[in-house]
Amino acid sequence: MVTKVSDTKKLLLKVNNLSVSFDTTEGSFDAVKSVNFDLKKGETLAIIGESGSGKSVTASVIMGILACPPGRIKSGEVFLNDLDILKLSDTDRRKLMGSKIAIIFQDTLSHLNPVFSVGSQIAECFEVHKNLSKKESWKKAVELLERVRIPNPSRRAKDFPHQFSGGQRQRVMIAMALALEPDIIIADEPTTALDVTIQAKILELLGELRDERNMGLILITHDLAIAAEISDKVIVLNEGKIVEKGITRDVFINSNHAYTRQLMNSIPGKITKQKKKTSKKFSDPILEIKNISKFYDTIACDNVSFNLFPNEVLGIVGESGSGKTTISNLILRLASPSNGEILYHGQNILNFNRKDLFNFRRKVQVVFQDPYASLNPTMNIYDIISEPWVIHSDFLDKKLHKSTVSDLLISVGLHPNDAIKFPHQFSGGQRQRIAIARALALNPEIIICDEAVSALDVSIQAQIIKLLSNLRNKFSLSYIFIAHDLPVVKDLADRVVVMKSGKIIEQGMVDDVFNFPKEKYTKDLLKASPSIENLIS
Amino acid sequence: MRQYLSKRIFSSILAITGLFVMVFFLARLTGDPGHLYLPIDAPLEVRKEFSEKHGFNDPIYIQFGKFLGDLTDGNLGYSLRKERPAIDIVLEAIPVTLSLAAVAMSIALIGAILIGSLAAYRPNGIFDRISRVVSLTAASAPDFWVAITAILIFSVSLGWLPTSGIGGVPYWIMPIGILVIRPLGLLVQVVRGSMITALSSDFVKTARAKGVKEKVVIFKHALRNGLLPVITVAGDQAAAIANGAVIVETIFGWPGIGKLMIDSIMQRDFAVVQASILITAIVILSINIIIDIAYAVLDPRIRHK
Repeated sequence: MVTKVSDTKKLLLKVNNLSVSFDTTEGSFDAVKSVNFDLKKGETLAIIGESGSGKSVTASVIMGILACPPGRIKSGEVFLNDLDILKLSDTDRRKLMGSKIAIIFQDTLSHLNPVFSVGSQIAECFEVHKNLSKKESWKKAVELLERVRIPNPSRRAKDFPHQFSGGQRQRVMIAMALALEPDIIIADEPTTALDVTIQAKILELLGELRDERNMGLILITHDLAIAAEISDKVIVLNEGKIVEKGITRDVFINSNHAYTRQLMNSIPGKITKQKKKTSKKFSDPILEIKNISKFYDTIACDNVSFNLFPNEVLGIVGESGSGKTTISNLILRLASPSNGEILYHGQNILNFNRKDLFNFRRKVQVVFQDPYASLNPTMNIYDIISEPWVIHSDFLDKKLHKSTVSDLLISVGLHPNDAIKFPHQFSGGQRQRIAIARALALNPEIIICDEAVSALDVSIQAQIIKLLSNLRNKFSLSYIFIAHDLPVVKDLADRVVVMKSGKIIEQGMVDDVFNFPKEKYTKDLLKASPSIENLIS
Repeated sequence: MRQYLSKRIFSSILAITGLFVMVFFLARLTGDPGHLYLPIDAPLEVRKEFSEKHGFNDPIYIQFGKFLGDLTDGNLGYSLRKERPAIDIVLEAIPVTLSLAAVAMSIALIGAILIGSLAAYRPNGIFDRISRVVSLTAASAPDFWVAITAILIFSVSLGWLPTSGIGGVPYWIMPIGILVIRPLGLLVQVVRGSMITALSSDFVKTARAKGVKEKVVIFKHALRNGLLPVITVAGDQAAAIANGAVIVETIFGWPGIGKLMIDSIMQRDFAVVQASILITAIVILSINIIIDIAYAVLDPRIRHK
């Protein structure tokens, strides 16, 4: 997918000395600081950075959709074909939006208007810029849907965004961006929420369209592996500043800046683990999942069996709809299986009465994916962490609540003074630490981590994984670690279960499954997962 | 969706039945109609005869049985006061109220959408600040006071408009104006709130990135999404007006359902009370069902549930 860069190609975009600040009630802060870069025809530039690095703000400025206020462009020029678009009037600017530069957003469910059909949203581009009739525009919209390989395009054009899968919605978004054959497409984290195999297809499609139309592509991403696979050159942003820029290969092989190296080191899948304590595997399992199935309107989980041993990390990987979360819900007894049994120390938890279940739940805790949604915004950290002891009132003497909350906060790497703060005062990674502290409160045997690091930046992800791994040794925990991201599982898990459409495809020791996958599906998954190794080797 | 609607209609019928039973018994707790209908010095025999004739002497369950029997024949009873079928009286009054409500709500809704959207476009801008103060004042203005003051100014002092009665356009101006004020004030605030949310949504960014004009961004992309909460409140307000714009109808002498209901309660005219409550309940439940349908029309996600 890597294309050759040639300097003779026409310059499309030049960003000079761009600085953007945000005016908030707490004062103004600089989101983008003197950023320079350019883009030529047929070239792909990756802008790499973690949340808050200013990469999306830069894109908003180029697209003319930065909200001002609170945003303010302090200085800089953005030349599109020798025209400084920051100096244009709103009307002139609008004529370029969508027709010369188009953008593809990350969260397609919220970026497509829920109440209009996808066909009409694509057709709108032609109505706005080309004055085409409704009928002609619709016809073109259907053609575009066909181009991005939506099956049955003429029928599907009438459907609404929520009726498409995430990958298909991203294709719709791409069709919309492509409509007026722009010179430049900005893709802002285009595959972040997607499964690896879908991600690979979307990236392939983008690369293909770029070559077909000789467009310039700006790929904004936090994922270094994606940047490595698709881009010609990269800039690395940190706190609004470019810390490193250059040809992709050079930057990845000899990164000069400490921040780039730190990012590189955070890439999951590289940790070499200490020798595993295989002896543990011969002890009795804590949890035995025996032939469980769960039927909703569809089969969510089909005849699944596996064991969890003491102090073990069991990874469950699979794409969306594979039944990973259903299994987590069944173990937590948030849902009951249609068939099968779940044994906890040999006892079937499905036969538990209220009191047994109450005691069982003390032993099994959960950390969810979205640390923004899973913490009650109206409770402070002390209340959040101590709530389990209010529910399980015999667990801990009330006098000890305060000191134990402090201990827990320390053990997850936060400060005891954080107890009086509220969730919104923390970053995503810190919130996930709070969620982990809450899960630890009842001294559980098992913690289920349902995509617990998926929403986090790579460097934060690496920290949380390290924390989970330390806590496992300290408190002799077992984890069921659910993830769609294979390298993360490789870092943390001892054994892994690969799922697809509710069934277990393959299970075994992590090293065996990752290095010598037996099943085709596992191989496909591993192949689809982007990596920087291809670039470097 | 169809299943959902039929469920709603079924539960509405249940609600009306329950309401009806309650009204029947509660109305009879207010006392003996004879006290109000007969001269204060009417002799005991006359009173007895009056009660006998109208069946008020029967045990209450027999009265209820009779009432149910009549109901199955479509007979809602006779008005004691007007000596006409109660349903006829109610069916004369309800169109008056409904036309008042329809005109008032249309004006309030359209006005609120325009004002609220423009206010939401630049929150804390000058237009927003003015509209916030004005809409709050409107939402909290006591309508009887506004009505009387309006009569004083426009009818008595200026002589522009008739003080009361029913007739051509001039007769409509003040009653409608008074009815619009409160829902308009309330709706402006609801529209503003939901449009601020809608305008800061991601799909609005997408529309702008496509080069769509701001007018289209506001009134097509954002408004269609911002309307849902507005419709809930608007339906509520419409129901309140349909339930009897009592004050306006009384002050301006409009023979609507609100006035009829108050009058018949005062007169213990049971049949009319029952008939008006039944018809109003049907109207209000219909408004609720219309809101549900409007939701489904506006939002495909609800349609596909």
